[in-house]
Amino acid sequence: MTGLTFRKKAEPEQRLDLSGLTAGRLAGLSASEIAALAIGTTRETVRVGDMFDLSGDDPASIRFEGGSERFDRVGEAMETGEIIVDGDAGVRLGRAMTGGRITVTGSVGGYAGSVMGGGVIDIRGDAGERLGAPLAGERSGMEGGTIKVGGKAGARAADRMRRGTISVAGDAGPDAGSRMIAGTLIVGGRAAGTPGRLMKRGTLILAGGAERFAPTFLDNGPADLLILKVMARSFSAGEVGSVPFEDMAMRRLGGDTAVLGLGEIFLPL
Amino acid sequence: MPELSEPMVVNGISIDDSFAEAFPMSGTAIQITAVNEKWALQAATTMTGFATSVIACGCEGGIERLLSPDETRDGRPGVRVLFFGFDPGGLEKQVTTRLGQCILTCPTAACYADLDTEQSIDLGSAIRYFADGWQISKKFEDKHFWRMPVMEGEFLCEAKTGVTGDGVGGGNLLLMARTVDQALRASEAAVAAMRNVRDVIMPFPGGIVRSGSKVGGKYKGMMASTNDAYCPTLKGVTDSALGPEIGSVLEIVIDGLTADAVSNAMRAGMKAVVDLGPEEGALRIGAGNYGGNLGPHHFHLKELAP
Repeated sequence: MTGLTFRKKAEPEQRLDLSGLTAGRLAGLSASEIAALAIGTTRETVRVGDMFDLSGDDPASIRFEGGSERFDRVGEAMETGEIIVDGDAGVRLGRAMTGGRITVTGSVGGYAGSVMGGGVIDIRGDAGERLGAPLAGERSGMEGGTIKVGGKAGARAADRMRRGTISVAGDAGPDAGSRMIAGTLIVGGRAAGTPGRLMKRGTLILAGGAERFAPTFLDNGPADLLILKVMARSFSAGEVGSVPFEDMAMRRLGGDTAVLGLGEIFLPL
Repeated sequence: MPELSEPMVVNGISIDDSFAEAFPMSGTAIQITAVNEKWALQAATTMTGFATSVIACGCEGGIERLLSPDETRDGRPGVRVLFFGFDPGGLEKQVTTRLGQCILTCPTAACYADLDTEQSIDLGSAIRYFADGWQISKKFEDKHFWRMPVMEGEFLCEAKTGVTGDGVGGGNLLLMARTVDQALRASEAAVAAMRNVRDVIMPFPGGIVRSGSKVGGKYKGMMASTNDAYCPTLKGVTDSALGPEIGSVLEIVIDGLTADAVSNAMRAGMKAVVDLGPEEGALRIGAGNYGGNLGPHHFHLKELAP
């Protein structure tokens, strides 16, 4: 068996819902059955075969040759397997996924990894707003797994994050780690706005500093903590890869005391 | 006591046609690190104090080996420590009590799991409430840690460690020599060789026990009493297992995470004693057993002889 490849024929004229193209949803389907799946989001019907040339037969290894910012919900709720997007992807990439791996060579839209519970998302470009965050009305954001962003992230990355690890190599948009419940967010660049606003627990590591902090964060002073060294070694050996805070002298802020106050932000000393 | 039938002789040292009889135990392993080797050893030594015999101490524990910074979880010098108990529950109680009193309290020390098994016992999860609400749980890369603020800074401890039911307690060698000095030299050589074997500890002082015991005694309530058959001062007045040439006997007790590890340690120890020779060390190597009916693990000396 060879991996299932979806080669983009042309730029789509409407946003596409690709949540049906995962290993679990495609298992047992023939090529013609896959080509007949509806992926449109308007009254105009669009089927897989209209947008893609198909090759291969193993849905556990899916590749999109050619991406688009209109490719929404790629890998949504996937449980296993691998998806590679050569190019960009739209919103809700890997939302609610519980396992497997998604790699995007370009950038993605908002809500990537939203409420994901496990697996790995590797975005080589930028991520949109609310990375790993819940949709309106959902109680918690990311609940496990790893998200790695090679570029920058939009506003409110890791909002209401409960568990797992997000690593952003570049800058973070306003209010990263807002309402965090637990988990770890690493930002290699600068964090805009007031990071950690209303976080209860969890760890923000802002290796490139921050624009400003809410006054409800309190300076604990220099923090040469072993956990930072263990995290750096562990991440370096795992999916996250090398981290920007390795061997960096840091200081710790505790907060947000406007709520529970058991969260922490690490900054360069 | 075993009959001295057909001893084999290697390099002038007589090896009894006997076997060590050992028992299943629950075993666990942890990694203790600190700012330098001195403090890692201090923490490990304190934690494994009074852990020679499970009957009286609640567990048997010891330092398996020193760990280089390359081998430890946090890149600092460390020590691998093993503990053994009758069952996982009793073992957990001992390990967590010792963790709380000896590692939590030790300057710069941290504690990590060092045995990967399906079943686990608590480490940091059992003592986190010492932090009085300020404890921090961190889960990443499939590991779970507890961070506890302490006056020195922060104590880092993994939440749990693995526990195995394949542990073996009570592997042993009896080293019989003309004098105490010779018995001690042979024992020290054996222990030094055994310390190169992975997954074993020798829980007695310096790895050596001078007061080997037999089951029960003449006094009511005694679970164990002196092994009179191997006491040189009782030759002639008891059913002695010692010939006239033996003036001192020392025992090495071995606990291992597997039966193979205990075998390997006994083999290494016997080779060291044989290499030392009868003039410098022991004249005879024996092993303690209970007739073979109590413990399922039998380590026959002739099969392990060099």
